[in-house]
Amino acid sequence: MAPKACALCQNAKAILKRPKTGQQICKDCFFYVFETEIHNTIMQANLFSRGDRVAIGASGGKDSTVLAYVLKTLNERYDYGLDLFLLSIDEGITGYRDDSLETVKRNQQQYSMPLKILSYDELYGWTMDRIVSQIGKKNNCTFCGVFRRQALDRGAAMLQYDIAETVLMNIMRGDIARLGRCTSIVTQGEDTIKRSKPFKYAYEKEIVMYAYFKKLDYFSTECIYSPDAYRGHARTFLKDLEAARPSAIIDIIHSGEAFEVREEIKATQKIQQTCKRCGYMSSNDLCKACTLLEGLERGMAASGITDRARKRLDAEGPAPENLRTIPFYQPPSGSPTVVVEATA
Amino acid sequence: MATTISLRIEFGGGLELLFSNERRHTITIPSVVPSDNNTKPPLDPSSNEVETKLADVEYLIYHLRDHLLQERAELFMENNTVRPGILVLINDTDWELEGEGEYVLKDNDEIVFISTLHGG
Ligand SMILES: [Zn+2]
Ligand SMILES: [Zn+2]
Repeated sequence: MAPKACALCQNAKAILKRPKTGQQICKDCFFYVFETEIHNTIMQANLFSRGDRVAIGASGGKDSTVLAYVLKTLNERYDYGLDLFLLSIDEGITGYRDDSLETVKRNQQQYSMPLKILSYDELYGWTMDRIVSQIGKKNNCTFCGVFRRQALDRGAAMLQYDIAETVLMNIMRGDIARLGRCTSIVTQGEDTIKRSKPFKYAYEKEIVMYAYFKKLDYFSTECIYSPDAYRGHARTFLKDLEAARPSAIIDIIHSGEAFEVREEIKATQKIQQTCKRCGYMSSNDLCKACTLLEGLERGMAASGITDRARKRLDAEGPAPENLRTIPFYQPPSGSPTVVVEATA
Repeated sequence: MATTISLRIEFGGGLELLFSNERRHTITIPSVVPSDNNTKPPLDPSSNEVETKLADVEYLIYHLRDHLLQERAELFMENNTVRPGILVLINDTDWELEGEGEYVLKDNDEIVFISTLHGG
């Protein structure tokens, strides 16, 4: 086939067919339109204000890697005046998270952005390795999803407290994708934001192509505890992903819902109560993380999962005084921490 | 015409895990192949009436599955092509611009397969 000329500049050789439009465009035009569309929606949705400290939830995966790179590029090109930093959660998964954290550390240098790593171990006293050794692989994604959600919020809050400025959290929940079914569990949680969005394959292609042509360094291994990492049920896996996989920031930004999300948080924060034990947002007396942690500490991990197991735990009496708890959550003062997630 | 062609193959996005965890491979395939993409033609000389075609990307996908892939073929291939969610580039161009599976391979072509399904 004869090479086709780019539909935009009519000059260079087309290298990509855009899934959304079918347009055939060259590499430079692709970079330009990909970045400009993100810029336009950031402007339309009024996502950032000058001086905002924006935490990018960095998993080392492709979504957050592309997000960090594009935000850095746009921040410089259009002078947003943002203070960008990378926030990574170390779940304590040997052979998986430690490798992906190496990717994040390289990103930190490649993009010269500060990096904060917050671990489950320091926050909860439990690594995922230890949790799995106690509860097995069956419900570990529930623990991971709940713990991760809080860890990101707490990480952002800590950073904000350090400098007492408004944090606008903008998180790509990239690596939840690797946890496969975890996503659907997380989306049903007590979260302030609805996290489920229809899967948009179109954006996946552009994100991966962008990372490929920009030669961005990302990590792409299944979580070793993902139930799907071992099973050969390709179809189920794919269906799961289609139903529940986080996509890229472009999804949420393009959908124009980023602004809605912001409003939604303000609304829910007023009516939501907080966890009596740790101060985190919760719809019950105890938040999910505290419930799960208590079960782990008392050797009855299932109590956070099923009502029956919870009743059994309650029958054993109240939590002991010296129970390990999560440090008290100080919600950000001033304007709320906004967690804009790109969950597809 | 040479009877074989040499190709540079690259896997990314986690797909390399199915291929001995090696991202880059160099392979040699016949330049003329069975139309039914059988990569293990019978040695029986009486079967020499088999229909042939020039080696194309469709054949390459079968070849990679049969000769290079180490595990879980269903994560690589589905319905006679790559599984949905795997991007293919032919000499750094989206294969959708090059005729996809029908692209006829040339000596020294570089074919890249990237999974979009692993790791956000
Ligand atoms: Zn162009
Ligand atoms: Zn709590």
